[in-house]
Amino acid sequence: MVLSGADKNNVKGVFAKIGGQAEEFGAETLERMFATYPQTKTYFPHFDLGKGSAQVKGHGKKVAAALVEAANNIDDIAGALSKLSDLHAQKLRVDPVNFKLLGQCFLVVVASHNPALLTPEVHASLDKFLCAVGTVLTAKYR
Amino acid sequence: MVHWSAEEKQLISSVWGKVNVEECGAEALARLLIVYPWTQRFFDNFGNLSSPTAIIGNPKVRAHGKKVLTSFGDAIKNLENLKATYSKLSELHCEKLHVDPENFRLLGDILIIVLAAHFGKDFTPSCQATWQKLVGVVAHALAHKYH
Repeated sequence: MVLSGADKNNVKGVFAKIGGQAEEFGAETLERMFATYPQTKTYFPHFDLGKGSAQVKGHGKKVAAALVEAANNIDDIAGALSKLSDLHAQKLRVDPVNFKLLGQCFLVVVASHNPALLTPEVHASLDKFLCAVGTVLTAKYR
Repeated sequence: MVHWSAEEKQLISSVWGKVNVEECGAEALARLLIVYPWTQRFFDNFGNLSSPTAIIGNPKVRAHGKKVLTSFGDAIKNLENLKATYSKLSELHCEKLHVDPENFRLLGDILIIVLAAHFGKDFTPSCQATWQKLVGVVAHALAHKYH
């Protein structure tokens, strides 16, 4: 799966439009993921996962920052996320299936906040981008 | 058997009551074919699927999308008995249509995004959770008779 020039432009456009809301989107993505796919909570036994949790907000900020970083370096996502990839492989070892779940929730957040932004073409590009990020983060698992 | 709480049933019916089945169905199927283009393999006889614009405007896509989502409405009326409700459809998708059940999951996920776009903030996390559960259960029921 390769990101075309059009895909890259679409993704950059999304993150430009989202701008400063990225952190909030990150937090909401996690909130939705924990609500919709409770098994994802197993990776956060040390977190308060209640509504409005500062830990979830903080972590959402980190997740959003990584997505922004990947979008800003979209020609070399593997390079941009190399350290994160190491972290996920050696320490976090989040099962690969969960990246799809996070991706789905991020798409839902974008759709619900900015439906006009998520045209079918942009939806396709963003979905591909999120897949690519998941692939990079799990690339060194074995 | 799947259990639905009173709250879940409320969230399902309140959303469904506001859904334009024709528009939503058409959009969901179009997005499926655009976002996951390999799903076009089942629709060789639909004519022009060569671009997102062609897909969105394709009358066969619209009609089929409406058909699919109308059937979804049957699920909602029969939440306590989905496997029986979808028994024949499941056999059809296996024996005649040869559709990999993974495609039901893909369409379910797309439907959620279409609903989110339509309902905005009203599509709360609880709402999403309930609807993801519903599309998952529908996908499971549709795959149940596969052999």
